[in-house]
Amino acid sequence: MTSRLARQTGVAALAVVTLITIAACSPPAKTSGSASTGGAKASSATSAKDLGGMAALVDAAKKEGSLNVIALPPDWANYGEVIKGFQAKYGLKVNSAQPDASSADEIAAARNLKGQSKAPDVFDLGGAVAGANTAMFAPYKVATFNDVPALLKDANGLWVNDYGGYMSIGYDAGKVPAPKTVADLLKPAYKGKVALNGDPTKAGSAFSAVVMTALSQGGTPNDISKGVDFFRALKTAGNFLPVDPTGATIESGQTPVVFDWDYLNVAQGAKVKGKMNWKTVIPAGAVVGGYYVQAISKDAPHPAAARLWQEYLYSDEGQNLWLKGGARPVREKAMVAAGTIDKTAFAALPKAVGTPVFLTKGQSDKANAYLSANWAKAIG
Amino acid sequence: MGALLGVLPFFAYTTAFLVVPTLIVVIGAGLDGSNRPTLGNLAALAQPQIASAFVHSVILSAVTAVLGAVFGGLLAYAVSTAREGGPLRRMITSLCGVLAQFGGVTLAFAFMATVGSEGFLTLWLRKIGVNLAGSTWLYEPDKGLILVYTYFQIPLMLIVFLPAVEGLRPQWREAAESLGGSTWHYWRHVAGPILAPSFIGAMLLLFTNAFSAYATAAALISQGSPIIPLQIGGTLSSEVILGQENIGKAMALGMVAIVAVVMTLYAVLERRTTRWLGR
Amino acid sequence: MKLQAARRRRQTVFRRVVVGLLCLFFALPLLGMVEFTTRAPGGGRTLATWTTLFDFNVIDADYPELKTGVLASAGLVLLTVAIMLVMLVPTMTWVRLRLPGLRRTVEFVCLLPLTIPAIVLVVGLAPVYAWVAYFLGESSLWLAFAYVVLVLPYAYRALDAGLSAIDVKTLAEAARSLGAGWPAVMWRIILPNVRTAVLSASFLSVALVLGEFTIANLFSRDNLQVAINQLNKRDSSLATAAALAALILAFIVLFAMSFVGAGRRSHHPEEN
Repeated sequence: MTSRLARQTGVAALAVVTLITIAACSPPAKTSGSASTGGAKASSATSAKDLGGMAALVDAAKKEGSLNVIALPPDWANYGEVIKGFQAKYGLKVNSAQPDASSADEIAAARNLKGQSKAPDVFDLGGAVAGANTAMFAPYKVATFNDVPALLKDANGLWVNDYGGYMSIGYDAGKVPAPKTVADLLKPAYKGKVALNGDPTKAGSAFSAVVMTALSQGGTPNDISKGVDFFRALKTAGNFLPVDPTGATIESGQTPVVFDWDYLNVAQGAKVKGKMNWKTVIPAGAVVGGYYVQAISKDAPHPAAARLWQEYLYSDEGQNLWLKGGARPVREKAMVAAGTIDKTAFAALPKAVGTPVFLTKGQSDKANAYLSANWAKAIG
Repeated sequence: MGALLGVLPFFAYTTAFLVVPTLIVVIGAGLDGSNRPTLGNLAALAQPQIASAFVHSVILSAVTAVLGAVFGGLLAYAVSTAREGGPLRRMITSLCGVLAQFGGVTLAFAFMATVGSEGFLTLWLRKIGVNLAGSTWLYEPDKGLILVYTYFQIPLMLIVFLPAVEGLRPQWREAAESLGGSTWHYWRHVAGPILAPSFIGAMLLLFTNAFSAYATAAALISQGSPIIPLQIGGTLSSEVILGQENIGKAMALGMVAIVAVVMTLYAVLERRTTRWLGR
Repeated sequence: MKLQAARRRRQTVFRRVVVGLLCLFFALPLLGMVEFTTRAPGGGRTLATWTTLFDFNVIDADYPELKTGVLASAGLVLLTVAIMLVMLVPTMTWVRLRLPGLRRTVEFVCLLPLTIPAIVLVVGLAPVYAWVAYFLGESSLWLAFAYVVLVLPYAYRALDAGLSAIDVKTLAEAARSLGAGWPAVMWRIILPNVRTAVLSASFLSVALVLGEFTIANLFSRDNLQVAINQLNKRDSSLATAAALAALILAFIVLFAMSFVGAGRRSHHPEEN
């Protein structure tokens, strides 16, 4: 009796499950939200001209009323002020979700929330993730598109670099001696004090940190093994902290030395001013640079607001706000030539001595393969 | 058939919100990047770092499950001897209710602020001459992580085990005593076997709780992914090594398989211990 | 009699030692949080962070996400506990009484949510929630459906321990033979006898909902922990204070909950 019952239950359950699995795999038929003609027009606009000029774009954006951004912590390249500036200038509400999301998480959120009003409108991604997901972007050329060097954008405006920086070492000047070279960090004064912002097989900033370390130890962009060896030595010496450095851990003194992008370390310094002396230094002769990439989501729930956001970011105002946060805006050359750059902020950028190195895709892939195979063993 | 109607709401609900998502993940484990069937993801589980992550996860979960079960069980018994409806019982159960789900970044940070290299307890101990061995022990999976996990395992044990301990009738204790049995006899022959199924069931819960915990470990150990949830997080969130999501799903499938094995062991164990009760 | 008194004394000592030591262990990290939130620049202590936290005007103006998060979590707690109790208690009792063969299935289903980390479960929940958003809208409150699933393992174990401790079959049969309908059996016979278990299951639900972060975050919804995390990006001291305050609030809520149904001393009236 019990086994027949169990069998009946099993069969019924299986049928229900199969039915529902089939149903769940296909997205709902209805497209909710702004299916108005305005929205449809904006989602296919490839420049402000397509909508009838900037004023028309601003109007369309105001009608949408809000913008969804993702993975933009307020102290990352001064996004806090960028968001506030945008809200003040156009009266739009900016919903900033998932500040801790990685680039891959941003794409996943766009997929998971597709068709919902909370889906992200715009992305700020690392180069690798952007390159792999161009099918999710909508092409758009901002008014200042021509100011961006050709190497730093997609010809059709599918993605455009937005800001960049150099890999740096941030440290608490009150607790540890100033590291003049990367090799200094092996000294006993740094015991249990050095942290990396993430795992190099997961996070772009940590990846660049290992590359920078490799360069400082005599390696090349094609061979980063010396960087991994250095961190192995750091771990053996007991100087390496596997903890994830955050504003809280820096402020509480748990992570007195942090490898991170220079603009992030500079922002930390500004944040803890008065409580501690957090300095940023770019090692001489080992300058590794990296840009992040802006893109508009093809399925943005607020297409006009998304495009207006891009216009704002690439305007002088937006670019200077990033500069204020210590990041180097992509229109730097054009703005210096035109004299529109914020001179004080520009002069305050951490000094980089040496030729900056930007890894090509081939070099990145090679480095990734090496890290996948060797990183966990080196610091495990 | 009418009896089945009674459980229909439960099964409908869990099918929609549990079984279907699980199936989506499990099916994803058998697909490659272009959604074609493949066994490659499962084969990838044999890679040394993933296999060792499974081993570390099982050991970590087992150790914290036993620690949590033992200390939580002692606490549950201690609380049950207090006056029913009295303040101690209420406060301990409320405290444990809160701490059982206290985890993630906040718990990790709280421990760093206490026993990290600049934690107040570390500094105080250093003042009285005790130097905690090495300043990075908190961030090692076999030392610090065990301590932090035990912090929420013990309260969880109390919450799920206390109802069972409270089911012990005082008459049974008195009967054992009046028949000349000592405390040891009572526990060995009366209370022990009665509590054993609930105790082991609770330990199983503690095991799976630790096994799938992610956020706390991620905040403490962001390098090297020594345990499986961190490996899965890496496949889903890495912005450097892309296209590994389906391997992450295969790892999740591996986790389900391991828990199924542990559950089978538990079922066998339970059958043995309840045999004499004739239930 | 003497034996009983000696035993009672031993139990008291045991209770005090165990509870004391474990409470000390639990208190230490919480003290760590207090220590961090009361640091003044240049050494010394200050209550500035705590006064800001309880200055509701400032919170409303500068940190509106905290208010949204608290309200969302409050609603989620009520909804989750309600759905969990309505779903689980009758089902488990019914399985014990009429469908003992299904017990292992129910147990496995109730343990399944815990075997998969939330970060992967979100991948599977996304299509389901696309449907939920389609039918019910996008409010954060509908996260309760996922939360009930998350709490199933804990609630099942607590309720199972409670139901094992009473003889459900006899009680139900006795009540039925006296003419009670099934609702009466559930509400007036079974439920009062598993009060501790139901309370435990509810405690765990409340604590889980207040502590849940991953699923709400990955769906870009609001809840208390998401709000605290966002706050952490701006002011980590205030966020830590908010987290500690949330723990204390949860403790107060649970403490109040423990008085529910306490008036009924029907537990062992004939055994005293």
